[in-house]
Amino acid sequence: MTGTFRRIALALAGVGLAVTLAGCEAPPQTSKQTGYRGTGMAQITSPELEAYLKQANVVPPPPYPLEPSDAPLAKDFYQNVQVLGDINADEFNRLMLSITEWVAPTEGCNYCHNPENLASDEVYTKVVARRMLQMTRTINASWTDHVKQTGVTCYTCHRGKHIPTNVWARPAPEDLRGNFIGAKRGHNDPVESVAFSSLPKDPFTPYLLGAEPIRVQGHTALPSDAAHRSIASTEKTYGLMMHLSKSLGVNCTYCHNSRDWANWSDSTPQRVTAWYGIRMARQINAEYIEPLKPVFPATRLGPLGDPLKVNCATCHQGANKPLLGVSMLADHPALAGPRTPAVAPDAAPPADAPDPKAPAKRAPG
Amino acid sequence: MAGYQNIFTQIQVRGPVETGVPLPRSDGARDFGAFMSYLAGKIGNAQIGPIYLGGYGVVSLLFGLAWFEIVGLHMWASVGWDPVQFLRQLFWLSLDPPGPQYGTQLFVPLNEGGWWIIASFCFLVSLVLWWVRTYTRAKALGLGTHVAWAFASALWLVLVLGLIRPLAMGSWSEAVPYGVFPHLDWTSAFSIRYGNLFYNPFHCLSIVFLYGSVLLFAMHGATILAVGRYGGEREIEQITDRGTASERAALFWRWTMGFNASMESIHRWAWWFAVLTTLTGGIGILLTGTVVDNWYLWAVEHHFAPAYPAVHGVVTDPAAATGAAP
Repeated sequence: MTGTFRRIALALAGVGLAVTLAGCEAPPQTSKQTGYRGTGMAQITSPELEAYLKQANVVPPPPYPLEPSDAPLAKDFYQNVQVLGDINADEFNRLMLSITEWVAPTEGCNYCHNPENLASDEVYTKVVARRMLQMTRTINASWTDHVKQTGVTCYTCHRGKHIPTNVWARPAPEDLRGNFIGAKRGHNDPVESVAFSSLPKDPFTPYLLGAEPIRVQGHTALPSDAAHRSIASTEKTYGLMMHLSKSLGVNCTYCHNSRDWANWSDSTPQRVTAWYGIRMARQINAEYIEPLKPVFPATRLGPLGDPLKVNCATCHQGANKPLLGVSMLADHPALAGPRTPAVAPDAAPPADAPDPKAPAKRAPG
Repeated sequence: MAGYQNIFTQIQVRGPVETGVPLPRSDGARDFGAFMSYLAGKIGNAQIGPIYLGGYGVVSLLFGLAWFEIVGLHMWASVGWDPVQFLRQLFWLSLDPPGPQYGTQLFVPLNEGGWWIIASFCFLVSLVLWWVRTYTRAKALGLGTHVAWAFASALWLVLVLGLIRPLAMGSWSEAVPYGVFPHLDWTSAFSIRYGNLFYNPFHCLSIVFLYGSVLLFAMHGATILAVGRYGGEREIEQITDRGTASERAALFWRWTMGFNASMESIHRWAWWFAVLTTLTGGIGILLTGTVVDNWYLWAVEHHFAPAYPAVHGVVTDPAAATGAAP
């Protein structure tokens, strides 16, 4: 082999290696065993990823310390305070300040309020914000199976933006171009919702808005007459699981022992948390966001005219615990839940809500 | 010395092209002439051709081309005939079988799986005719039909995946899509749906024969190359008339592992391992969903799934705990 030939061959091998490895993360990666030996249950992370998560999940400090106050209740002091009327006016003002920082730091109060008449509901964002406050209180008071004592605030999702970074709406129907050949039928698109797999790309409408059954494995060794779950429905479930995995920055074994996905006794407690999380997202979407459809202007709706809804990534944003598990509730106790039950006029869900069973916290599905 | 250990053939035999044995009167003439290729000679026989297509070959290629075109054009159409997107998304694109709602209906709207049925029919005809070709060509040369039966074993797996099992399950949607990532997703989903294929004993057998084939191939290839300096590549002669290459190769394996296959039997080993890979694999796929619905639970029932200590504490189904349906 001549020197030139050898050099060319080496250069080609180098380019080939670079192309092959281009998609890989730079080492080092650390692997932490999370299950019994031999089960292959482990979570993998890297200093680079951890540094990213740390800077992406900084909790903003409260505007000023919360101090006891003799101020009257907000509902008595201001007009048209339907949700936060159960806290005193000082705490109310402080919370308004925080919400501004969390959701509309640039626009300030006027993003939701008419500056001439703060009590007016004429700006649609105020109507939305009210419903979101009810939602936040419901999550913190009724969904402790998922959010534990950490809870959520507006910042958990919004992070200083009007619309949280990770939201979804029903996808526009496929352009079938004469419906003769080439239908993708809802999959085979490299999209983020299913972690760039070729799986069905909308795992949200069936499972995080509707309550289609997620479980696909049979409960008996031999076939039984119970509803047979198809490979097609398995791929839908698979897509949802890819979304969970990507949203939380974890792999399958964070919740499952992959030898027997369905078996709870081989699973981790995180799977129970996730189970409640799926149902929580369902309730949020069906009861709190979908009914706001007439409130939003068209520019804030998806291609099919439905409001932008939540999924796991809305809060988690790549972290297994949103904001890395730091609770903001101690600084903002008004969001933890209604102070007195009488003052929480949590509007009943409209009759046309997609899933009337969802209000029950432990709804089937 | 290094000459015996390189990956290219060092000596190319050149002469008048070999046109093969006379054909029976019923066969047409060979379709293409033969020629010599230096590059082909580097890795194999320097002579290319003559190729015998015949009726079966021509029809097989036509149906194969039809399958390829239907799949490819469907993929291209699915990105709106955009050539750049076709290349970018190629690994994600596929032609999928009809949805579960169509069962095993023969006539399905083209854009909802009808094309898959047509393409699969073409694929089937093409493969079967190609099989007939391997059989008739072997007969025409006066050979045994070992290649045809080995190919039939692979065909069996293809047929189980795309035809027999979907019919047994009563749904085309159980079949494999024609696409790179989609067929891999199908594979995962198949194992997930039916409770982990690794607990399927026929899947185990198939893996044993697959890995065994690789091992035998490596052992045999290494042995013949290693005795190449003594003329070991003339295996066929040495089957009947053992020379020093064969003796040394045999002794090497008896020294290292106490037993050696013969110059003939090693090929029987390899043939059976290869054939049994797809034969047992096809049985494993055919039993899945039809006879066994959850292989993990089946393994538990038959006491070969290990039980692990509850290192995470007792985790129970929240749906069951709250009395709701799962």
